[in-house]
Amino acid sequence: MSEIQGAPAQGLEGQAAAGGSSGRRLNPSLLIGGGIVAVVVVLALVSYVWTPYTPMRVLAVEPYQTPNAEHWLGTDRLRRDVFTQILVGARTTLYVGFVAVGVAALVGVPLGILAAMSPGWLGQLVMRSNDVLLAFPALLLAIMFAALYGGSTRVAMIAIGIATIPAFARITRSGALGVMKTEYVVAARAAGRSPLGIAVRHVIPNVAGLIIVQASVSFAIAILAEAALAYLGLGTPTGQASWGRMLYEAQTTLRSAPHLALIPGGAIALSVLGFNLFGDGLRDWLDPKLEGR
Amino acid sequence: MADPDTPAIELREVYRDFRRPRTSLREAPPVVRAVRDVSLTVGRGERFGIVGESGSGKSTLLRLICGLDRPTSGEVLVEGRSVGDQPHRRLGWLRERLQLVFQDPMSSLDPRMRVRDIVAEPLVAQGIGGDHTRRVRELLERVGLDPEAADRYPHQFSGGQRQRISVARALAPDPDILVADEPVSALDVSVRAQVLNLVDEVVEGLDLTLVFVSHDLSVVRHVCDRIAVMQAGEVVEVGETEQLFAEPQHAYTRSLLAAIPDLHAALAGRTAQDLARGASPDAPD
Repeated sequence: MSEIQGAPAQGLEGQAAAGGSSGRRLNPSLLIGGGIVAVVVVLALVSYVWTPYTPMRVLAVEPYQTPNAEHWLGTDRLRRDVFTQILVGARTTLYVGFVAVGVAALVGVPLGILAAMSPGWLGQLVMRSNDVLLAFPALLLAIMFAALYGGSTRVAMIAIGIATIPAFARITRSGALGVMKTEYVVAARAAGRSPLGIAVRHVIPNVAGLIIVQASVSFAIAILAEAALAYLGLGTPTGQASWGRMLYEAQTTLRSAPHLALIPGGAIALSVLGFNLFGDGLRDWLDPKLEGR
Repeated sequence: MADPDTPAIELREVYRDFRRPRTSLREAPPVVRAVRDVSLTVGRGERFGIVGESGSGKSTLLRLICGLDRPTSGEVLVEGRSVGDQPHRRLGWLRERLQLVFQDPMSSLDPRMRVRDIVAEPLVAQGIGGDHTRRVRELLERVGLDPEAADRYPHQFSGGQRQRISVARALAPDPDILVADEPVSALDVSVRAQVLNLVDEVVEGLDLTLVFVSHDLSVVRHVCDRIAVMQAGEVVEVGETEQLFAEPQHAYTRSLLAAIPDLHAALAGRTAQDLARGASPDAPD
């Protein structure tokens, strides 16, 4: 075959366009979000080795104290130290988030991928079962679970996790359907990859961004759901520290001692914000296309 | 390798129908016959072109050859072994011998994988163990890329370079047959010639059988010895490249030839509509 005239030497075009592949830059969302998440984690860890007062202990002091040198964040109606409760409550917050998101993601993501990759009827079956689950309000499911297994933080969070499965399954499926249409998946099939290999090497990395964002949103929802369940007396039982519970207990004294609501409320809002920023930052950090920008 | 007389690819009365979604409860869903009664033989070492406009069934035919789809009826044989009736997991032997280069260099490389993992994918997928670093370097050099490219991601390359990566991946398992699906139609005109030359060079150098699908006759003319022209799912004409260009037998081939952009024709004021109507190629210019 004749060489085509005028074609420049092989492989010279735009080779300089490829930039260096030095390390990824940390973006502000990741740093700020990661910082807030780290603070929550540190609070929780510190609570295992040190708290200013014994957690949940009713002290022989004035109730409703505002922050002072003795009690850094004041005391509540039952004369307990608020800072101690915030420290111990951080454990509950993290626990709640990880259990709920863990259950939802570990079940929802594989289901979503299965639904996207399998032939028509199986995918339909998975997604229609998903719709049935979606029809159950999360709190109703949690109440049902509490009736069956007794009210505890773990049971409540598994219920919230199960109720969040459809969200993960749906978003994973829609992302995976897009991935399955690309030529690189056809290329992987032509290269001899098994469906499982395609799921692990191509589908999961390419939907990871969606899953991370969904996880950070669900994490926030789980923290709020824990507060709501504590309010209904179905989640964290009385006598255990939880930011949601503190918020609930503060509502009767909102006017006279607003700091009792503001402190746990602020802690919840800040950690929700932290997890959302962290999720966004992580997604961008994991995307090679945004590298070095 | 089997008997050297066995053709690289053989299609026997291949049909592929697609069922459209149902439009009525009573009537059967409409059927699209994407490939109809195609019989072809591609000899070893041959450079075979498949040409046709979009929707002519050429991509479907290609998927059938590559074992990515199954024929509704008929037989697809690659090196004498049947492809169509086997489950995908039994097609390991085909994956070693037949590899593909795709049309869209933006979509055919996984944006999350480094070039080294992309190029090594057929080796990993076929369970060939060990360190593939050397093989990847060798392949990247072979297609005219800097071996340092292995550590980068696809988005850091231009369209032409991505097509080179795609070619390197296809060559990784040392195949006998290279199938190219419109490998240059998504590229800038300035880069096309380079990629075509590359395909030409590797097919020559590695003694491969080439199946080249395109809608563009002028591109196919540069790389192929023999051309099949497809229209509406059927092969309407097969012939040696030069002969096909000199004496097209079928009316559709003539209109395709006439549609090749031609400066003289354009200067003479012939419009695209004239070309589509199949204005005779020997009109005054």
